[in-house]
Amino acid sequence: VAAIVGVAESDLGRTPGKTVLQLQAQAAAAALAEAGMTLADVDALFTAGGWAWSPNLLLAEYLGIRPTYTDGTNIGGCSFEAHVGHALAGIQAGLFDVALIAYGSTQRSDRSRNRGSPAATLADQFERPYGLPTPVGAYALSAARHMHEYGTTREQLAEVAVATRKWASLNEKAFMREPISVADVLASRPIAEPLHLLDCCLVTDGGGAVVLASADRAADTPKAPVWVLGHGECHTHYSIAQMPDLARAEAIEAAGHAAFAMVGLTPADIDVAEVYDSFTITVILSLEALGFCGRGEGGAFVSGQRTAPGGAFPLNTNGGGLSYTHPGMYGIFPLIEATRQLRGEGGERQVADARIALAHGTGGVLSSAATVILGRDQP
Amino acid sequence: MSSPGPIPRPVPDGDSRPYWEGIARGELRIQRCDACERYVFYPRALCPHCHAEALTWVAASGTATIYSYTVVRQAFGPFAGQVSFVVAVVELAEGVRMLSRLTGVEVGADGGVPSTVAIGAPVRVTFATLEPGAESEEPFALPYFRLA
Repeated sequence: VAAIVGVAESDLGRTPGKTVLQLQAQAAAAALAEAGMTLADVDALFTAGGWAWSPNLLLAEYLGIRPTYTDGTNIGGCSFEAHVGHALAGIQAGLFDVALIAYGSTQRSDRSRNRGSPAATLADQFERPYGLPTPVGAYALSAARHMHEYGTTREQLAEVAVATRKWASLNEKAFMREPISVADVLASRPIAEPLHLLDCCLVTDGGGAVVLASADRAADTPKAPVWVLGHGECHTHYSIAQMPDLARAEAIEAAGHAAFAMVGLTPADIDVAEVYDSFTITVILSLEALGFCGRGEGGAFVSGQRTAPGGAFPLNTNGGGLSYTHPGMYGIFPLIEATRQLRGEGGERQVADARIALAHGTGGVLSSAATVILGRDQP
Repeated sequence: MSSPGPIPRPVPDGDSRPYWEGIARGELRIQRCDACERYVFYPRALCPHCHAEALTWVAASGTATIYSYTVVRQAFGPFAGQVSFVVAVVELAEGVRMLSRLTGVEVGADGGVPSTVAIGAPVRVTFATLEPGAESEEPFALPYFRLA
């Protein structure tokens, strides 16, 4: 078994003058301090990013550590949920005792999201010349197909953004905290129909870190360990036109199924869910694929502010990528918030007596998925 | 903001050269697996369905239906000045899907498109010649689709 023993964000939002390495050093130090550890305790390093040809080499050099196990798995925004599974396997195999998972981005300050080379090679040669803005255009294609097959409406998509903003209003670290209405989402600037600006995640700076430890090392940490109960991952495609079914996220289905099977739980056992919300449609597809509702029922499921504070299904209690933070890749943050909820550190946004949490990431253009199930009590 | 730069130019390679040679001549070519007889797009060295390494180039019929589409209202780089335009995933009669532009469609100021633009609507391939936007670059052809 393995446990999360420390979590932290770096500065978030706008961090002018800070580098991605500074942000990660800040988050790593804070997460290790929560665990009563220092960088000298880290055996294994997990990271994903684009700040060097080998992000792991540069980050470890900068931090002054010599990992004896390293993993640079990059499958998009869900890389960090995948890292938890890989670290769990390594700890269970006795390969290392303390793993640092870190991420940082200065995307907002860099304004770098859509810079691309003029030559379209490999699979990109069949998509990039058409001018689809990515990733938003790909998610728009999925949303349009979901609306066509199941009658999902823009109002239902907007319910997700509205509920998520309500959670953000309870999180002082959230970037956007002013309440919004369904009408505001519908009237916001169109990007790629049917998705408008308020259907889309933020572009911020920021970073985060998560420390995983073996049961031995977790035995005397200052904060109660949060146990990794289940993990699953899958990826199905790279190019949006190669997605097997645009109205159904099969990678998420496989990841979620594996995670629930590992621990022998069902969606009904989850007390709080932190689900990567790159776009409003991502949440609806994820809730269906993870089994919280049936296929095609996601729009109805989120209606009536069911996922808002006080609703029947507490979802994205930090305010999500839609309203709290989204520095390029968001996957480290569902892990941080799920851990805080299970420790009872949620403050105004705490879900009462949360014992089992789900942290789910989706990457690429609905390409990849990794699901982690966390528990307050030692298995 | 940095300069918009040229339109990303497809780089033909060991898999795709016959495809782009066909496009330049006004022929949409795809592959078919000799082993499982399924069609394959984009071009590969092996069949993604059965993994046989026996693919044969064939001319596609050029007919397709709209599998999904989006009206792009905000685009980036060299495409920013083209909004609004329609990008679609089309399903060829042979069963494979590809991303493309839906051309010949009037997009209203509110992003609206005629009701004939719909998922399931029949479309047909057409060939567009693009000027990449940089003086040093030669024009190149892309397959677009229009309502049939």
